[in-house]
Amino acid sequence: MSDADSRRIRIRVPALTRVEGEGALELDLRAGRIESLRLRIYEPPRYFEKFLEGRQARELPDLVARICGICPVAYQMTAVHGVERLFGCDPGPRVRRLRRLLYCGEWIESHALHIHLLAAPDFLGVTSVAELARVAPDETRRGLALQQLGNRIIEVLGGRSVHPVGVILGGFGHAPDPGAMTALAAELETAAEQARELVAWCAGLPLPEDAQDFVTVALRHPAEYPMNEGRICSSSGLDLDPTGFTEHVEEFQVPHSTALHALLDGRPYLVGPLARLNLNLDRLHPEARAALEATGLPWPSRNMFHSIVARAVEIHQAVLEARELVLEDCARTGNGEADGVYRQWRPRAGVAVWATEAPRGVLWHRYELDGHGRVVTARIVPPTAQNQARIEEDLRTSLTAFGLDREPAELRQRAETVIRNYDPCISCATHFLRLDLERDGERIRVLAGARAPGGG
Amino acid sequence: MSSPVEPAPERGTGRLRLAVYKFSSCDGCQLALLNAGQALLTLSELVEWVWFAEAGIEGDDREVDVAFVEGSVSTPAERERIRRIRQRTRLLVAMGACATSGGLQALRRLGRVEDWTAAVYARPQYIQSLHRAHPLADEVEVDLELWGCPVDTAQMLAAVRSLLSGVLPVHSPDAVCLECKRRQGVCVMVTRGEPCMGPLTHTGCGALCPRFGRGCYGCYGPVDHANTDAVARRFAAMGLLPEQIRDGFLGIHNQAPAFAAAADAAGEHGGETPG
Repeated sequence: MSDADSRRIRIRVPALTRVEGEGALELDLRAGRIESLRLRIYEPPRYFEKFLEGRQARELPDLVARICGICPVAYQMTAVHGVERLFGCDPGPRVRRLRRLLYCGEWIESHALHIHLLAAPDFLGVTSVAELARVAPDETRRGLALQQLGNRIIEVLGGRSVHPVGVILGGFGHAPDPGAMTALAAELETAAEQARELVAWCAGLPLPEDAQDFVTVALRHPAEYPMNEGRICSSSGLDLDPTGFTEHVEEFQVPHSTALHALLDGRPYLVGPLARLNLNLDRLHPEARAALEATGLPWPSRNMFHSIVARAVEIHQAVLEARELVLEDCARTGNGEADGVYRQWRPRAGVAVWATEAPRGVLWHRYELDGHGRVVTARIVPPTAQNQARIEEDLRTSLTAFGLDREPAELRQRAETVIRNYDPCISCATHFLRLDLERDGERIRVLAGARAPGGG
Repeated sequence: MSSPVEPAPERGTGRLRLAVYKFSSCDGCQLALLNAGQALLTLSELVEWVWFAEAGIEGDDREVDVAFVEGSVSTPAERERIRRIRQRTRLLVAMGACATSGGLQALRRLGRVEDWTAAVYARPQYIQSLHRAHPLADEVEVDLELWGCPVDTAQMLAAVRSLLSGVLPVHSPDAVCLECKRRQGVCVMVTRGEPCMGPLTHTGCGALCPRFGRGCYGCYGPVDHANTDAVARRFAAMGLLPEQIRDGFLGIHNQAPAFAAAADAAGEHGGETPG
């Protein structure tokens, strides 16, 4: 095919749709080969790590929530757990239970949003949830109901689903309303069946076959599916306390992104639902495990297009867990056994490090605090920043497998679908741009600005 | 304005053209729509979306009847972009804290820029960041402001419903404190000694924080004629240090004039001036 040999294709997607935040794709093909490929992230950084300096630790949950409107709970959880550990404050079993429930709510909401509003349209030949509702009305209704349920869990514990106000350093400001918890229990009963159906539906979508080789990273907990706590583990055999994370993960800057890229021991790696599920199959709730096995899909999976299935499985897992957590809390409250929801704390100087599983993967925080509980330095490694190098690697591999001789429109559609498998949250990813420089023997942290063409 | 917005007559479809644009922000205000469930689908039947990237609508440069804009203007490119959007938009709505006052990230203005500017300029491709995170009204004429961090679904749908009916949304002038009393909330400042921004902050959240056992931290911005001096004195009497009082004002709406001035005043008393 002499045409294909000399063909030059420039694909520009200046504003990726159905992703959170602002990014672009630039792909140049020449003579059947990828000449250059860039996931360009131009969302302006918002300098959070810089202006957290000097703030009180007790302000952190409200401040860091604003890094991301889609996973504010993840930011709140990572910050409070890290600081409470440093302060030697254990808020007790009820707070632990309610915080896990809160995180379940965020997973359900975020995953249901991604599956139905962002990802599923790719596999059904439509472009938006409004069109999805026409081709799959019952499934869309079910998906939106699950999304609403996730939101409601967060509302019961935090007043509102975006930037909830319930979590404070030391626990919660208030115990949840018993009537609202009872109502949740009933809703979760219905949702468990809906979530099981969702897993089967996602597994039945026409997902491309594309097995790849990649390293996965996720938390592992001795007994639970990981959310609020655990060691950082990888498919390459890593098993670390979160304090050791940066000995293996190197963040670096590339010119085309306002979010730092990251490599694990020099290689791109994957965080997020597929990585989590691959590494934690043995921690699934038996019902969730059974529903996954019923799909017939082989798991662990090396196919990134199975991410949508992994999200559905995690919704199922979170609904089942939430149901048990709510029932346990209602039972204990009913028996008058309920513990308090707040424990006093005293500031202590030191370094607070923690990692949790945000809907999109490992979220790592580090705060250096002074003796008054003021932030001296802050460092945050969000999941999407970690996935960037892996996304670019995946695009190269999967587009080549797809066939670079295809029409530009097809290539573009496939590339966007690949990117959406990662559910990139670009708003989260970009607020931390740093350059570390040496000047006069002193280490200076520099926050750099952004390059930004506009989408609209 | 008796009828602030109706579809441009020459089009004759009877459907309003809506758009949602994102600037420097956390994405949370768009969720007021993306989290609206069935209501989002109903709305999509009633209007024509021109741009709503996160919902999969990637439009073009057509004229827009109502544009909801999330985020602050924090780069030169964003400055150009908001001007282009303004030119083709009939009614421009600033949605949420970042768009109305600059949001939390407006705290960048207090950064000690001089410490790192020299180094940054060594890499000129990376310096296209404005010194401030600006509210939209600094850059273009804004027709309607929806305050809140975040704006919530009910507030957004009420606004959309009003605009679809050709009227501007009703705006409550009340403070969180008043709303809290109406809901028979127990005052956290009186009973728990919790500092609370409720007397100074617009309601809109439903007095959420006091009802969750904690002080308000100002998500909906200052009320008109906010008596920040009196509240700062009360905080001081409760034992708060000047820097703590200052930081209370340097929150979500740190760049709203009333809170910025109160932060400056508190900082002066403490001998440590921000910026």
